[in-house]
Amino acid sequence: MNPWLRFLLFLVAAPLAGGLLAGWDRRITARMQSRRGPPILQPFYDVLKLWQKQNLAVCAAQNYYVLFYLLLVIFTGGLFFAGSDLLLVVFALTTASIFFVLGAYKASSPYSFVGAERELIQMMAYEPMVLLTAIGMYMATKTFYIDGIAGHGGLLVGVLPGIFLGFVFILEIKFRKSPFDLSASHHAHQELVRGITTEFSGRTLAMIEMAHWYESVFLLGWVWLFFASQPVLGVVMALGVYGFVVLVDNVFARLKWQMALGGAWLATAVLGFGNIIILSFQR
Amino acid sequence: MTLVLALVLVPFLAGLVLLCLRSELARRWVVVTVTAAVCAWCIALACQSSPLNLGELPVSRHVLDPIMMALEALLGIYILWVGLRARHFLIVGLMVAQGAVMVWLESMGGAGLEGGRVLFVDKFSVIMALINGLVGGAICLYAVGYMREYHTEAHPEVPDRRPFFFALLFVFMGAMFGLVFADDLPWLFFFWEITTLCSFLLIGYTQTAEARKNALRALVMNLAGGLTFALAMAWLYRETHCLGLQALIRTGHAAALLPAALLCFAGITKSAQCPFSSWLLGAMVAPTPVSALLHSSTMVKAGVYLVLRLAPVITGTKVGLMVASVGGVTFLIGSLAAITASEAKRVLAWSTVANLGLVVLCGGVGTSQAVWAGVLLIVFHAVAKCLLFLCVGVVEHKLHSRNIEDMSGLVLYMPHVAVMMLIGMAGMSLAPFGVLISKWAVLRAVVDACPLLSVFIVFGSAATLFFWVKWMGKLVEVERPQERAVNEISLDESVALYSLSAVTFLACLLFPLLSAQFVEPYVAGIYGQSGSLGQGNLFIMALLMGVVMLFPLSFLSHGRGVTLVEPYLGGANIPGSPRFSGSGGAVERVVLHNYYLGGVLNQTRLSRTGEVWGAVLLAVMIAFAIL
Repeated sequence: MNPWLRFLLFLVAAPLAGGLLAGWDRRITARMQSRRGPPILQPFYDVLKLWQKQNLAVCAAQNYYVLFYLLLVIFTGGLFFAGSDLLLVVFALTTASIFFVLGAYKASSPYSFVGAERELIQMMAYEPMVLLTAIGMYMATKTFYIDGIAGHGGLLVGVLPGIFLGFVFILEIKFRKSPFDLSASHHAHQELVRGITTEFSGRTLAMIEMAHWYESVFLLGWVWLFFASQPVLGVVMALGVYGFVVLVDNVFARLKWQMALGGAWLATAVLGFGNIIILSFQR
Repeated sequence: MTLVLALVLVPFLAGLVLLCLRSELARRWVVVTVTAAVCAWCIALACQSSPLNLGELPVSRHVLDPIMMALEALLGIYILWVGLRARHFLIVGLMVAQGAVMVWLESMGGAGLEGGRVLFVDKFSVIMALINGLVGGAICLYAVGYMREYHTEAHPEVPDRRPFFFALLFVFMGAMFGLVFADDLPWLFFFWEITTLCSFLLIGYTQTAEARKNALRALVMNLAGGLTFALAMAWLYRETHCLGLQALIRTGHAAALLPAALLCFAGITKSAQCPFSSWLLGAMVAPTPVSALLHSSTMVKAGVYLVLRLAPVITGTKVGLMVASVGGVTFLIGSLAAITASEAKRVLAWSTVANLGLVVLCGGVGTSQAVWAGVLLIVFHAVAKCLLFLCVGVVEHKLHSRNIEDMSGLVLYMPHVAVMMLIGMAGMSLAPFGVLISKWAVLRAVVDACPLLSVFIVFGSAATLFFWVKWMGKLVEVERPQERAVNEISLDESVALYSLSAVTFLACLLFPLLSAQFVEPYVAGIYGQSGSLGQGNLFIMALLMGVVMLFPLSFLSHGRGVTLVEPYLGGANIPGSPRFSGSGGAVERVVLHNYYLGGVLNQTRLSRTGEVWGAVLLAVMIAFAIL
């Protein structure tokens, strides 16, 4: 399929898939807590309602940062599904996240400030593993192009088991799920209030939600890449990983940032880099 | 030929003139004229077709060499005197050893040293000359306004020795031109030692106890590099009877490896890599233009220049691997240490150390891809870092502090400077711009050549992200309403700052052109092939850059359709002020403070670790080279 077409497809289909995933997440979370839970389509209703709300802000400029966060997340995911260079995708994603963090700084409230700070720590925690994942895939397939990696033939997870586990580990952080929901709590009664999103409301909050949908689809797409030679298995595993993330979210309490950073870097060094060492000796 | 000679000699002459000028107005005119001329000549040099045909020197080497030797001897005697006066016997020892090696070399040489070219200009030297001319020129211009404020308002207690200061700036610049154009190693060494001396004098400019101590530290470390440089020449002469840099690069591995390793050692000291990074951090006591000069256009760039030049010799050897590891360790340690620093200049210093580590890593890896990335990194780092230093200098004079925590709301107080700082930081850390493009290229090169080294890069770049973004956040965040500062920047300063911002911006925008015109021909000339990122990626990057650059446009609709409210403070806000009344009616002030991860990272411990690792790796490198 033409890369541009795939980009367009991502643009349209990703929010639908991402919203459904979010609805599914809330549903199984509720079931795990012996609640009934909202309908699967609830995230869409939420976003539609947010979209109609009054546009409140502490600083007039803060909303532009979020707009660009959304644009860049779409750009990142689009690049990924269009089959572009994996490292470029990683860098684009980082830039997107930086815009989000700067928006929270701009809002200049103590809670969003702490949220922004902690989001940065989280970025620092997952960034090495994300890069190592790209490097590992390159070493296994000799290309950084996602098309090439997908068309490689072999089951990547077979040669990259450590990297796969490390990647799943940092997905917990990337999805801002417990035990790594340091920067944005889902429940505003906690010490963080809503952390990084405290001062965003209405349409802007809706954009953050949508960016999250796009990002989820993109990240699960990356999980799929580990199983690209068996496409169906890949989809099952991607959904399985998502379910696992939700399960962990419900089982663990929040960790301190020291543990989050240390744990993620340790996992990266042992699982990720260990895998790279083995790969480089096999060459 | 005339152009090259003019670039080397005119700054020296300007330095002499400035030493004699007492009048501020005259000094300003000399600085402006010479800077303009040097910039114009650099651009003219860049426009010439390559390879440059230099022709013969107008004066025979029989005349020139003794003059150079005499000057160098004077320089050595002066350093000896400094060492004796400060009772710093390491300096004396290093200088005596270096002198002995040089005397031996001279006594052996004489007629044998003839025949080599003194000067050599290729695309790499042209790039370095451009950096030195444009960035260094901007610094000199900025220094005019800055030093006036420095002596009249900010630091009246420091003795005003401005003629000396400006003379040194220009001598420094001239020496750097000489260094990048020299092909003959003794000449290169001569200019190398001038930069060592200039940096010593400039760091000690304020003559406070701390400044003197740090200046001596810089001197001793750079003298250690000077000694290995001299040893490299002596060994090379004994083995090959030829002291040309180009000749060294072209010789086969075996004979050139030890001299190359020793020269890399010298480059590592000069570019403040791990066991030696403390001199560059100590250099922060000097006035800001000095820091900018040391960090961006001269001095440290001389070190990485030499390492990158030698890359073809050490590539694929164990020596190269060790050099690359020193760079990698430095990158990681520097990036982590920058997180813990709250003083702006210190953050910049650590970041310089880190980025140079990345360049040294490229030099050690030494493949065509790596060298390509390294040269680009030098360019982007020079412009962005210089801009940042100069901005911090301006802010320091206005806020009387260079602590990042005091810069909150700078975007309201000094909007122009804040935006320029943001441009510089974006150039240093945001995705489709300068330094990050190079980092990407470095990562690709490293994965191809030696994937294990990538561990330094992945962890280090995560850390760089953290300290840049939190600083950017501090600039854009607005704790309370603030008035704009009156007279944000003086004229000379603003010319320098605006032109540097423009250069940073253009370098990022025109990077494919820069690469195709200068870097690729140089790399292809040596390796027969060059690095690049591929057309498709360039297109995507242009697209990404387009998206990011639309961001300032969004401010056209600033505040439209938005209702402004007070932030949530967990209490009752007191309108219009960053305070709230909490439970029990107590009025609390809002304080926003960045994380410095002090509990986890410790600057002294980090630099100690870096010193140990750096020293071990360097020792292993020399051992590999000898065996």
